Amino acid sequence: MYQDVIMSGFGGQGIQIISQIAALAAIRKGLEITYLPSYGVEKRGGRTNVTMVISDSEIGSPITNHPMAIIALDIIALETFQPVVREGGVVIANTSLIPEELFTRQDVQLVRIRSNEEALAMGNAKVANMICLGAYLQRTAYMSFGDIESVIGDVIPERLKHTIPDNLKAIQKGMDLAR
Amino acid sequence: MTPRALTKGNIALAEGAIQAGCLYYFGYPITPQNDIPEYLARNLPKRGGIFIPAESEIASINMVMGAAASGKRAMTSSSGPGISLMQEAMSYMAGSDIPCVVVNIMRVGPGLGGIEPTQGDYNQAVHGGGHGDYKNIVLAPASVQEMFDLTIKAFELADKYRNPAMVVADAMIGQFQEPCRLTPAEPILIPEKPWALTGRQGRKPQLLKSLYLAPGEQEAHNLRMKAKYDEIQEHEVMLETRELDDAEIMIVAFGTPSRVAKSALTQAREMGIRAGLLRPITLFPFPEKEIREYSSKIRKVLVVEMNTGQMVRDVRINSHPEAEISFYGRPGGGIPYPDDIIREIKKALKKS
Repeated sequence: MYQDVIMSGFGGQGIQIISQIAALAAIRKGLEITYLPSYGVEKRGGRTNVTMVISDSEIGSPITNHPMAIIALDIIALETFQPVVREGGVVIANTSLIPEELFTRQDVQLVRIRSNEEALAMGNAKVANMICLGAYLQRTAYMSFGDIESVIGDVIPERLKHTIPDNLKAIQKGMDLAR
Repeated sequence: MTPRALTKGNIALAEGAIQAGCLYYFGYPITPQNDIPEYLARNLPKRGGIFIPAESEIASINMVMGAAASGKRAMTSSSGPGISLMQEAMSYMAGSDIPCVVVNIMRVGPGLGGIEPTQGDYNQAVHGGGHGDYKNIVLAPASVQEMFDLTIKAFELADKYRNPAMVVADAMIGQFQEPCRLTPAEPILIPEKPWALTGRQGRKPQLLKSLYLAPGEQEAHNLRMKAKYDEIQEHEVMLETRELDDAEIMIVAFGTPSRVAKSALTQAREMGIRAGLLRPITLFPFPEKEIREYSSKIRKVLVVEMNTGQMVRDVRINSHPEAEISFYGRPGGGIPYPDDIIREIKKALKKS
């Protein structure tokens, strides 16, 4: 099993938290991972990119120029990483912020999620990222809802523990939407 | 066994230092190694150590010299420009047989450069930096686990040979995260240091110095140091090899390029190209004998570095005279992808 993914958005959209949940779930499942957050002279509202490689054997390169999947939470994310997604790869796109005409690849699995509206409809605008994580898990299928459920409490900080049920519901919603 | 937790390279290194019994850390901030002092500022005092944010890199390394001369394990960390400022004191410590650990999380240069990863400081760490005829022990981790393990190893080797030891890693290895076990593979043993300056207390006075003025004294000192370096070369080489037994080409790489090379190697094998990897873990002592032996069987060698060609000279010097050495380098923050390495492998093998 080998999977690499780039998750991208702007600061505050929750890329860090969804990538950390996926990372810990993979580790607890006994998989190897590498986790490379973008770094640099960044500030609030700046870019957030995370490259994750997940494998059941030793991982060589922690970077990839042909990711098997991307999660694009905004336009810049899509414009940056759509061109490099591997043929047949998975593109999870937040179409609340990405207009239709920007999708140019015919040879990838495009999953359009209006995650901001979906999150609002669920009564919590902050879970849009979790909906996209759910869609990603559904399409890549190397981890189950249960894998996520068992680690989410170890990633979400104490003061936000009350948000776990909403987050789990949103992940389930994303999985359903991507089915 | 403790569970593996997602850990940043720099944090694994800092925790490795604490567990190695480092009681004194002195440092001055610079990206991309700031996680190290940040972690040690919080945790070293709680665990019986001293953390001092020094007024400069020059102050930091001279404080390391003082603490280490008193027989305690001491460390500083910095990146390119800061490490340059430390070279005078490192030369003094080498000349005075004072063990210490100096960490360089390499950023691009020369000059102030930027904060992207590079391996541009290979020559500085391995071949010089400071003045005089000396060598640092140099360890080059390629994973988060090795950031922890090799920092402990650096303290052990420094004490064993009474010599400065460096841990050099590019900013990628410092800042990415992997699952890691923060427990030492073997129990930590700190040797007796009868040479330490601890106040005379009834014994004969002793000196740690690098000044020799009497006729022949300095030469004898240099030859004694040379004998020490020979012993280190003989006993302390560490390397990893991968699929070299049937290889038609040997990649030589350390740090991040060695990780990328492993992916390239797997893909090359799937294409029917028999590639193998030799990864030096110690840069001094360099795996001279192993390079010589493998290159006498595998006559094509590809060196991949994140610079314009530094370790490649050591590979050339040690390779079989008829081995064909090619080089692929990405300086200034460029990182090779597996595709790039495969292209270079094909070029070296003259396959399209």
